[in-house]
Amino acid sequence: MDQPPPVPLARIYSLFFRIGLFSFGGQLTSWIHREVVLVRGWMTNEEFLSGMALSQILPGVNSTNTAVFVGQRLRGAWGATVAITAMLTGPFFAVILAGVLYKWVIGWHGVQSIMEGVAAVALGMLARMGISAGRGAARGVTPALAMLATFVGVGVLRLPMLGVVAVVAPVSVLASYYLERRHEG
Amino acid sequence: MKDENIYLALVTILAPLSIAAIGGATGIYAPLQHETVELRAWMTPREFIDLFAIARLAPGPGSMLAPLIGWKVAGVGGALLATVALYLPSSVLCYGAARVWNRHRGKPWHRAIEAGLSPIAAGLIFSGILGLLRLGETGPLSWFTVALVAGLLMWRPKLHPLLLIGCGALVFFLLHVAGA
Repeated sequence: MDQPPPVPLARIYSLFFRIGLFSFGGQLTSWIHREVVLVRGWMTNEEFLSGMALSQILPGVNSTNTAVFVGQRLRGAWGATVAITAMLTGPFFAVILAGVLYKWVIGWHGVQSIMEGVAAVALGMLARMGISAGRGAARGVTPALAMLATFVGVGVLRLPMLGVVAVVAPVSVLASYYLERRHEG
Repeated sequence: MKDENIYLALVTILAPLSIAAIGGATGIYAPLQHETVELRAWMTPREFIDLFAIARLAPGPGSMLAPLIGWKVAGVGGALLATVALYLPSSVLCYGAARVWNRHRGKPWHRAIEAGLSPIAAGLIFSGILGLLRLGETGPLSWFTVALVAGLLMWRPKLHPLLLIGCGALVFFLLHVAGA
C-alpha cells in the first residue's frame, strides 16, 4: 500500500470547523463520513466504519470520538487535537449565542416546525450513510448476518449496545479472518 | 452544598460523565438533569428543558447542552470549563485506542477486525435511525423527508447538505404557516 501525502493540519481544521458549524440537527458522524470518505477520499469506507464502531464502543460522545479517530489516523496527536478543537469551536459560540437569544427564539411558534424539518434532513443524511454501510456489509453472508444481528439486538430488541457488540464482534471478526486466509491460501 | 465552588462542581459532574456515558449524548441528559436541577437546584426543571431545546437548535453535538449549562451558571468561563471537562477525558481515551489501532494497519488480523467491525457499524447506524423515529416526534412528513434526502444523496453524493437542511427548514415552516 503506497502512502498518500499527509493531509495538512490547516485543511483538517477548516473541514472540521465547517462540519461543526453547519451540522444543524445533529448527526455529525454522517457529515464526517460524507466529507472524509465520499468527497475527499482521505479514508476508505471500511476504515471509517470500523473507526466509527470503535468510537461507539468507547465511552464518550460518538461524533467527537469519531473526529479524534479520523484526526489521529490522518496526522497523529496534532491531527486529533486539531480535529476535535475545530469541530467544537463553532458549536461552542453558537450554543451561547442561542442561549442569549433564546427568549426571542423559543417563544416563536415557527421554530418547532423548522427544527422538525432540520432534524428530518439530518436523519436522511444518517440514513444515506447507513445505506452505503449496508451495501458494504451485504457483499457477503457473514457481514450481512453481523449487521442484521446488531440491528435486531440493539435497534429492535433494545438490548445494551456493549453486550450485543461483545457477542457479535468476535464472531464477525473471526469469520472475516478465516475468509481472508482462505482467499489468500 | 451552598458553599460549593461552582467551577469545581462543573468538573466533578461532567468529567465522570465523559467516561461513563457509553453510546453518546443521550446518556448524559438524565444524569445532568439530576445533578443540576434536583441535587444542586441551579435551575428549575422548566429552565433545564429550555436549555435542552436551545442546545438542539444550535449546530453541533447534542451534548453541547453541557457547555450551555456551564454558561448559564458561570458565564463563558463555565462554558469553557464544561466543554473541557466533558470532552477531554473521553477524547484522550479514544486517542489512545485510535493510536494503537492505526499503528497496526495493514496486518492481516487488523484487516479482519476492520472487515468484522464495519457491518456492526452499519447495524448500529440503522439502530440509531430506528431509535430516533421511535421518539414519536416524527410524523409521516418527516419519514418522507428522511427517505427523500437519503435518495437524493445517493443519487448526487456531492450535493451540499446545508442546501438540503435549508430546504427542509423552509418546507416544514411553510407547511406550518399554511396550517398543515
